Amino acid sequence: MTTELVKCTALTRDFGPVKALQGVDLTLEPGKIVGLLGPNGSGKTTLLKILNGLLQPTSGQVLICGKTPGTESKSLISYLPDRGYFPDWMRVGDMVELFADFYADFDRVKAAEMCRALGLEDDLGIKTLSKGTREKMQLMLVMSRKARLYLLDEPIAGVDPAAREFIMQTILTNYNEEGTVLISTHLLSDIEQVLDEAVFLQQGKIVLHESVDSIRERTGESVDALFREMFRFQAF
Amino acid sequence: MKFELLGSRPIWQQLSEQLRQRIVTGVYPAGSHFPTVRELAAEAGVNPNTMQRAMAQLEADGLVNTNRTSGRTVTEDDEVLRSMRRTLAAERTRVYYNDMKALGFTRRETAEIARKEGEENDD
Repeated sequence: MTTELVKCTALTRDFGPVKALQGVDLTLEPGKIVGLLGPNGSGKTTLLKILNGLLQPTSGQVLICGKTPGTESKSLISYLPDRGYFPDWMRVGDMVELFADFYADFDRVKAAEMCRALGLEDDLGIKTLSKGTREKMQLMLVMSRKARLYLLDEPIAGVDPAAREFIMQTILTNYNEEGTVLISTHLLSDIEQVLDEAVFLQQGKIVLHESVDSIRERTGESVDALFREMFRFQAF
Repeated sequence: MKFELLGSRPIWQQLSEQLRQRIVTGVYPAGSHFPTVRELAAEAGVNPNTMQRAMAQLEADGLVNTNRTSGRTVTEDDEVLRSMRRTLAAERTRVYYNDMKALGFTRRETAEIARKEGEENDD
């Protein structure tokens, strides 16, 4: 049994003339919280979608627990997309039912606990939820699964700072020790302290993959400060 | 007392310093049960792996003992606690001297100021 949860080798993905990923090599071990960081359009969402099997790479290889993404890997991966996909007419309780029905690893007790903590009532219509509350519900659903790999695409972008803290707590207390969480974001200062490792993506290439504490030790600055420095726009 | 984490230094170091502070000031009394890594990680809002590393430092310093069956306890060794208190006192005094130097005081003047302040605010 391999200890590598994720292994990408020379991964590329083109969208017509756009090279979204250009030779990504990435290995992730179990039990880590990893930040996938990069400016807009650097390939974060594309990479997550390939890991998830929603997109096929143009070339290169992806292995999840030693297997190529497919039906089987979907049972190992809990994915939070970068946009909501819930039908307006459903209620929070319906979504919980749907997830519980769909995923064998869905934990109803955990879902109920999180709903209570997040103030999500079963009979709330999705139509009536604000953008931030929808995001919280989505995260609740995704974190209620006992998955091996959680792929969270911008989980905190739409929520207020207090809720962000709560969401980070939710992620911290609900991921399981053998599971790895890969979080894409550009709101680094809010999540920096929960990360084990940071992966910096720039124009479809990984430019840095290092532990957060080692970055701080080496550079004497926070990952957020390093990010701003590396990706600063030239004034014009 | 809340954990306060600054940007620029490794998080595990800041955590282990603040836990050390809690131990020598008696927030976790000698011989008492020490919270688990997960509890502390949740309190500080940090990754459990990071807290684990901070904890390893406390164990290396002899401030916390790990028992195979009953979790961790704060050391009851007075000598360890006393020597840690002295180390912390020396660290802070060095910081004080450096700050005073930046303000333009000599070491002798600094010592004099400390003595006077100490006498005036004697409690």
